[in-house]
Amino acid sequence: MANYTLDVNGKKSQVEVSEDTPLLWVLRDHLELFGTKYGCGIGQCGACTVHLDGNAIRSCSFPVSAVADKKITTIEGLSADGTHPVQKAWMEVDVPQCGYCQAGQIMTASAFLAQNPNPTDAEIEQAMHGNICRCGTYLRIKKAVKAASQ
Amino acid sequence: MQTKITFDRRSFLKASALAGGGFMLGFNFFAGCTSPEKEVQSIPKEWFDVNAYLKIADNGLVTIMSPNPEIGQGVKTSMPMVVAEELDVPWKMVVVEQAPLAPNSFKRQVAGGSQSLRQSWEALRMAGGTARKMLVEAAAQKWQVPAAECTTDAGQVKHEASGKSIGYGEVASAAALLEVPETVELKDPKDFKLLGKAIHNVDNKKIVTGQPLFGIDVKKEGMLIAMAAFPPAFGMKLKSVDDTATKAMPGILHVVNLDDFVAVVGKTTWEVKKGRDALKVEWEADDPLESTADQDELLTAALGRKTDEPARRDGNPEQVFSSAAKVFERTYKAPYWAHNTMEPMNFFADVRETEAILEGPIQTPEGTRRRLAKELGMEEENISIMLTRMGGGFGRRLYGDFVFEAAFISRAIKAPVKLIYTREDDMTKGLYRPYLTSTYRAAIGENGELLAFHVRGAGMNGRAVRQDNFPAGAMTHYLAESHVEPSKVTTAAWRAPGHNYVGFAEQAYLEELAHELGKDPVAFRIELLEQAKNAPIGELIYEPDRFIGVIKLAAEKAGWDTPKPGVFKGFAAYYSHNSYVAEVAEVVMKNDKPVIQKIYCGVDCGIVVNKSGAETQVVGGVIDGIGHSMYSALTIKDGASEQQNFHNYQLIRMMQVPDVEVHFVESTISPTGLGEPALPPAGGAIANALSAAIGRRLYVQPFAEALKAPLAEG
Repeated sequence: MANYTLDVNGKKSQVEVSEDTPLLWVLRDHLELFGTKYGCGIGQCGACTVHLDGNAIRSCSFPVSAVADKKITTIEGLSADGTHPVQKAWMEVDVPQCGYCQAGQIMTASAFLAQNPNPTDAEIEQAMHGNICRCGTYLRIKKAVKAASQ
Repeated sequence: MQTKITFDRRSFLKASALAGGGFMLGFNFFAGCTSPEKEVQSIPKEWFDVNAYLKIADNGLVTIMSPNPEIGQGVKTSMPMVVAEELDVPWKMVVVEQAPLAPNSFKRQVAGGSQSLRQSWEALRMAGGTARKMLVEAAAQKWQVPAAECTTDAGQVKHEASGKSIGYGEVASAAALLEVPETVELKDPKDFKLLGKAIHNVDNKKIVTGQPLFGIDVKKEGMLIAMAAFPPAFGMKLKSVDDTATKAMPGILHVVNLDDFVAVVGKTTWEVKKGRDALKVEWEADDPLESTADQDELLTAALGRKTDEPARRDGNPEQVFSSAAKVFERTYKAPYWAHNTMEPMNFFADVRETEAILEGPIQTPEGTRRRLAKELGMEEENISIMLTRMGGGFGRRLYGDFVFEAAFISRAIKAPVKLIYTREDDMTKGLYRPYLTSTYRAAIGENGELLAFHVRGAGMNGRAVRQDNFPAGAMTHYLAESHVEPSKVTTAAWRAPGHNYVGFAEQAYLEELAHELGKDPVAFRIELLEQAKNAPIGELIYEPDRFIGVIKLAAEKAGWDTPKPGVFKGFAAYYSHNSYVAEVAEVVMKNDKPVIQKIYCGVDCGIVVNKSGAETQVVGGVIDGIGHSMYSALTIKDGASEQQNFHNYQLIRMMQVPDVEVHFVESTISPTGLGEPALPPAGGAIANALSAAIGRRLYVQPFAEALKAPLAEG
């Protein structure tokens, strides 16, 4: 067990966990930030995506020891009130069905658009390849990413 | 034209005043009025039957409660829309609440079979219509004019002759004091203002801001986390457990041997997972363990056997086949599929001496509670199951295994606990779409006429045959036979059960048969449906005209009759869950590989309630159908699933998804479900288009495997 000070959504928090604890479970179990979802635990589905210094990462595969001095943003910190352009686009296009994967989709899309504000369809497909949606909302996701890019 | 409906209001509706002003109407979501006698018998005349309500506050704000489990099929939005339509209020004045879920308040809370909206349509309309009538009556009394002279619009009662109008909120308190009327006039569907419009999912904001809506997000005072070691193979059971290492690990509080599985309980998920993985468990099997290869032989053998009791037999098919000029035969096969809801199975349970409180994602809370009462030796009314939003269902959450497990763990450790499956637990533990195969045969006459039709299917723990499917009803001689082979590999309903396979096999066969007979696949289907309409043989479960309607709609929108250079087309049309869906798939060759480019859908689900919700259900169903048909397979070796997670069980991803265009048949028929019906024909449509593109037929799912083989010459 070790003490870590995490910078999550602009707030510093202390946690005492073993060093191999994935960031995902620190967020959910210790910081009670439930928006970041568990889907596969092996970085294959993207449900747990958060931003680490602005880059989209799979929080299920990042041990807490590797993120302690970095800025972490979760879905709860993307905006205070759902007004981030990607969140707005998601609502405008009416993307969610069950909704479980969507926080991860939004976090992948928002990091991607920050680096590539005017992507092509192929670039969007490439960027979103790591995020699975079992309900099959992919076409609306693509539409929402494009809407947010304009 | 309005529909006048009489109902037993005592069993259905209860009006009351709201504290502080306003009107509340309680009603039963499922109290249909189409067969009143039956309903009166089945619904006790007590107020606890009220399972939903609408509230009209004195400021005119309308609250509608939605009690049905939400698994992503959109009922939490579409069902309140129906109430709002008949109530005649603008959607922006409506707030949708999730049911408070008191144990005795709910009837038939099931999400399954795409039946939610279909079963509640009349009840929802009556509730809205009744409230509107009472508000009109209250306004008429206030103005001292006949109620018949009043109209409503956008949350207001109007009296045209005097030019008076008043908001619902202002007469709500007076309406609450009126008798609930015996009859109510419902709108003519032509006058619908809200239904048919695109209304967004009411939970969108909560979802995109990451609020804790799901079962896995439940956290309670004193709650512990549990994971379990389940048998690693079907047919294995627990022999011994050595928990020494686990118990010495940090954060581990309990290890519980529950005979069928071993639970590890602790404070945090990661500690519990490490503790669970450190268990040394010995498992044993009494019988030889199964494998897909052995099952394949069993199924093939079954396909060679007649059945003593056919699932359906019309005319004299055996004789026609024996004397036919030609018999055209093809065999299809499809693997096990796991449900793979994105949210793995989980449940919260707090089981005490005399009561139990549970919360989580379950599609069948009522039946689960009944069985749980038996298992726990507790009265049903002492058990409450709270529903959460569900991260997908697809049939998996019809089964309560994980609910029982959570309850047993909680009872053993005497503490509130949330059981969580890892993805590997979720994928390998079972309850799969069965492993299925079937052989289709057609007897063809000397002049190329279709004389008789025969399907024989075999499945591991499941049926590969839907005996009443088209072309049954169109064939004078028809035979359907079904073998089910027992297996320890557990199977279950999976989105569009049975249909999810038959939609591929049957539609691929019909397309190839049309080619064999020298007919256009669309014209061939319509010709047979005309026969079913004009001279139906045996029981007819589908309406030929509606079937023909979607076939023509999809064919027209896709330009079926007009060849497109470089585009290979396939067709499928399928009836399931009371809805009709036809699909045209288009495939192009890119770098010598077939790519599914576009799907056109023609859909008849009766009245389209929510345009946006309906469209996304159809598109999602098509994509799900394509994804599983192309890429997904679960195989068994030595009794265990050979796939454990998404690295070796492939689900469709964005770059593999074609464009999907959806067209609905304009209809005034009561709505039917959409969560499932678009999925079955997708497998058939793409099998046909891919086959056209590569020059050889596809008979086995997943197609991606077959497509790896070199392409045919030419």
